[in-house]
Amino acid sequence: MSTLDLTATTAVPLTRRTWFVRTIQLAVIAFFIGAWEVLGQAGILDKFYYSRPSLFVPRIGGWFAEGLGQGSIYRDIGITLLETILGFVIGTLLGVAIGYLFARNELLGKAFDPLLSMFNAIPRLVLAPVFILAFGIDLQSKVALGVTLVFFIVFFATFTAIRDVDQTLVDNVRVLGARRRDVTSQVLLPAAFSAIVASLRTSAGFAFAGAVVAEYIGSNAGLGRRIATAEAFFDSTGVFGGIVLIAALALLLDAGLQLAEGAFSRWKPRREH
Amino acid sequence: MAPAISLRDVAKVYRPPRKRPYLAIEHVDLDIPAGRFVSVVGPSGCGKSTLLGLVSGLLPPTVGEVTLLGSRVTGVRTDVGFIFQRDALLPWRTVRENVELPLRFRGERDPARAKEWIVRVGLGPFIDNYPHELSGGMRKRAQLAQSLVRDPSVLLMDEPFSALDVQTRNLMENELLNLWGASGKTVLFITHDLEEAIALSDEIVVMTAGPGTIKARYPVALPRPRNVTEIRFAPEFVALYERAWADLRDEVARSYKRSLEAG
Repeated sequence: MSTLDLTATTAVPLTRRTWFVRTIQLAVIAFFIGAWEVLGQAGILDKFYYSRPSLFVPRIGGWFAEGLGQGSIYRDIGITLLETILGFVIGTLLGVAIGYLFARNELLGKAFDPLLSMFNAIPRLVLAPVFILAFGIDLQSKVALGVTLVFFIVFFATFTAIRDVDQTLVDNVRVLGARRRDVTSQVLLPAAFSAIVASLRTSAGFAFAGAVVAEYIGSNAGLGRRIATAEAFFDSTGVFGGIVLIAALALLLDAGLQLAEGAFSRWKPRREH
Repeated sequence: MAPAISLRDVAKVYRPPRKRPYLAIEHVDLDIPAGRFVSVVGPSGCGKSTLLGLVSGLLPPTVGEVTLLGSRVTGVRTDVGFIFQRDALLPWRTVRENVELPLRFRGERDPARAKEWIVRVGLGPFIDNYPHELSGGMRKRAQLAQSLVRDPSVLLMDEPFSALDVQTRNLMENELLNLWGASGKTVLFITHDLEEAIALSDEIVVMTAGPGTIKARYPVALPRPRNVTEIRFAPEFVALYERAWADLRDEVARSYKRSLEAG
């Protein structure tokens, strides 16, 4: 009788090996960037509109080499991140508080339901000009836009999680001696928390997008403003440099949150491949 | 001595939103003496789970009076242990944290006692695991430890083993009898399985199809300690099973017929 060697790797097909998949992924990115560069060099993609990797990569390097000071890249990144964090934190706190309140108080939830649905149906980015008029071109207008984006994601996640919480869990802790506040702290909030953690990456992404868009529309600092300025000078290399930088930051942010999500989800069943 | 649990002419009407109200149980009179293991059997939908809701105070009766351990039930009673049919452990807490929970609610810190119960139900090696990492039988063990850690004198069990496979179920039934053994606890056990009811109990109560009321009561005169797997072959077991089944059969048929009409 033969025994099955579970440690043998020969059984795993090449297409499912991690290193193989990673190599393919890198190749796709390299091909895309290479094509951009080659088509740009050959004059098929107009440099004036589309720039080229060999132009905007050194530009980004130049920004970082400029050093600190008024209008430096470090300051822009810092301001955009600060707006993102503030929008995310305030939006999350408001979303949790109001989501909890509305889920626990049926009449309140029903009373505000049409208004909230209406507000949620507005594409939030069109509110950016309104906030800039109301709060000015400084930090507040960017944070306000981020808050409206994050709020609804967190609000709906919290509201649904608390309304649909397993009644057996509530009954069980009540018989075990839980008071009202124990039910809240031991069952309702943890149930909501796991829904919030699941929506963390989406809402942080929205807070970041909100900050950048509001900066683009009206600001005196931040990555969005940097792109708007480059655009005003028909400087496509500056525009692409800013876009690439924003994409890189978004990826970093998402990777960090993925780690946080993993740390908070230890109690959840993991999918096995 | 006053009974541990007493129901006097109890009825319960459910009023689900946007649906017609319906009568789950009516005219239920039941006394359960302290220290007895009593099972309630009945067809599905006969309101047998409602009984536990009423005794624990999670549900108020529409009519009648429920008394538990000498005092009238007017709100949720925390002096009982309640084993739910569905998983009731907090999924975001480990076995240890779940079992310590009822002690924390009372402002006690007694990790040694929680641990002792976890070991007693055989979950020692899994004390720091989360519920999703345990099998269905192990989760029931954890629930038993969680309920028994406060040493309640009354245990309410709502089809606790119905989701388990037959072998695990027999194992759990034997363990329940071992834990209950000389504890002197009163147990009110709900099941749709007549075999399980007879194997475990001192007395079985047969309920009618909904609206449920008590149809018959049978004392179970089988000797203890019992092995639930083997006692099923005893002649007294078979005789009692046949008598009680004659009662239950008609109710199951009625309940089934009604569910077809309603569906």
